[in-house]
Amino acid sequence: MDTIAARFQLNWPGFQLDVDLNLPGRGVTALFGHSGSGKTTLLRCIAGLERAPRGFLSFKGDIWQDATTWMPTYRRPLGYVFQEASLFPHLSVLGNLRYGLKRIAATERRSLDQAVELLGIGHLLDRKPERLSGGERQRVGIARALAVNPRILLMDEPLAALDLKRKQEILPYLERLHDLLDIPVLYVSHAPDEVARLADHLVVMDGGLVQASGALTETLARLDVPIRLGEDAGVVLDATVAERDAQWQLARVDFAGGSLWSRDRGLALGQHVRVRVLARDVSLATEHQENTSILNLLSGKVDAIADDEHPGLALVRVQIGGSVLLARVTKRSAAALGIALGQQIWVQVKSVALME
Amino acid sequence: MWLSNDDLQAIWLTLRLAGIVTAILFVVGTPVAWWLAQTSSRWKGPISAVVALPLVLPPSVLGFYLLLAMGPSGWIGQFTQTLGIGLLPFTFWGLVIASVFYSFPFMVQPVQNAFETIGTRPLEVAATLRASPLDTFFTVVLPLAAPGFLTAGILTFAHTVGEFGVVLMIGGNIPDLTRVVSVQIYDHVEAMEYADAHRLSAVMVAFSFIVLLALYGWQHRGRKET
Repeated sequence: MDTIAARFQLNWPGFQLDVDLNLPGRGVTALFGHSGSGKTTLLRCIAGLERAPRGFLSFKGDIWQDATTWMPTYRRPLGYVFQEASLFPHLSVLGNLRYGLKRIAATERRSLDQAVELLGIGHLLDRKPERLSGGERQRVGIARALAVNPRILLMDEPLAALDLKRKQEILPYLERLHDLLDIPVLYVSHAPDEVARLADHLVVMDGGLVQASGALTETLARLDVPIRLGEDAGVVLDATVAERDAQWQLARVDFAGGSLWSRDRGLALGQHVRVRVLARDVSLATEHQENTSILNLLSGKVDAIADDEHPGLALVRVQIGGSVLLARVTKRSAAALGIALGQQIWVQVKSVALME
Repeated sequence: MWLSNDDLQAIWLTLRLAGIVTAILFVVGTPVAWWLAQTSSRWKGPISAVVALPLVLPPSVLGFYLLLAMGPSGWIGQFTQTLGIGLLPFTFWGLVIASVFYSFPFMVQPVQNAFETIGTRPLEVAATLRASPLDTFFTVVLPLAAPGFLTAGILTFAHTVGEFGVVLMIGGNIPDLTRVVSVQIYDHVEAMEYADAHRLSAVMVAFSFIVLLALYGWQHRGRKET
């Protein structure tokens, strides 16, 4: 009874949605897909902003929608962050934060301090929204959604309207949310890097249908679903910082099945990190290479081969202990090396991205 | 005295009429404007057209039908007789009712525009912040539509002050009861009292100019701020 069950069908002119999902009641679930894939519509159905006839939605055992029940949005214990912060222009930042706070039961109310501190907006409280930057607005929008002490947080591409610099400004706050919140978060995004950094669970949508749903690491490594990440195809590994080499400014992280060297970004020993390894940064060799600049050499077993988007390329999945990596190679190389299922192979990882 | 007692009476009556009509239309026009702004019903077109009719109809046509409706065999007349109020034509309240119809679009259209400009997003935001639809209307929609309400109020008031044809059809020319400024000016002219007509007309010109100046000046400033 700790899950979120959602079944929705919509048939609009030029658009359809047909989903039947069981989502975890904790952690960050990314709803990932291109625009028009139905991910935002699904989120709006869950929020009650769209009404799918004959839909079904239960949140941790509470029915929000079924054949006889319709809980309007303002009765659902949720927080919602819109793509554009959509702050009320007639209220100050503090007025915006208090708007929802005033409307929940007194016993539910918590101090605004935590949300204000978490999003770093203490110095903005007296300002009007028009005097905020895009990034500040979105941070206020997130704090406003948290101020109602929601049981679930819904975020609709909160970074999509921001430029790269603003995104970098907000992502650390989102990561802190991920670590500190004990409520489930549904996060709609079309950006693979956001998904890799923030999500625990991944739902891939296309054409209004769910293509895949599962734990992030497993789902990213699946080759049978058309997760068209393009250049961003890759996996995410859960790892811990195991060694820091002061002389060469490197850090070693251990994951289930092996370890990888990366630039030392000042992370503490023993700290839990996510490691993102893109398929384009992974190459394969049938023999152990001695003279190479690449530090990370791992031995593994080929366990799947699939076509990549370009007809000249293939994605090869290699199992290394309890983890998998994806490698993008040309089909010519794959043929020259005679890569086949079950084959023992050396994996060279050129670079990895550590994410807290 | 510069203006005669009759003139002052007419001015006071006119202001009272316009004030009451504006107040009534704030209450009556707002829900209509809200419905028109929100609905996707196929009745939106026809209702919008009916609301806008007074803009294009000759006031005498509107006045004629209202006179019939308020008369002894009209539906408004039957209703008021049943209530024991009697008949409305040639009374102050008859003028009020007629003016409400006559000035309806001047209230509804600016308010409807203001509602449509707000869009659905602030309403959705309010819903996710636990505000019921009624709560949202008073705490989000009304504050955001305030400039539209101000415009609508000013236009309605000024337009009611300036009406003539409908008043003549419904109210006639009864001192202190239905003789508003525009009718008083007409009387002055009929009686060849051009000096009196001049004075009162000048007051009207000044009033109208000041109202419009306030409206446009304020709108201009509003645009600069945003």
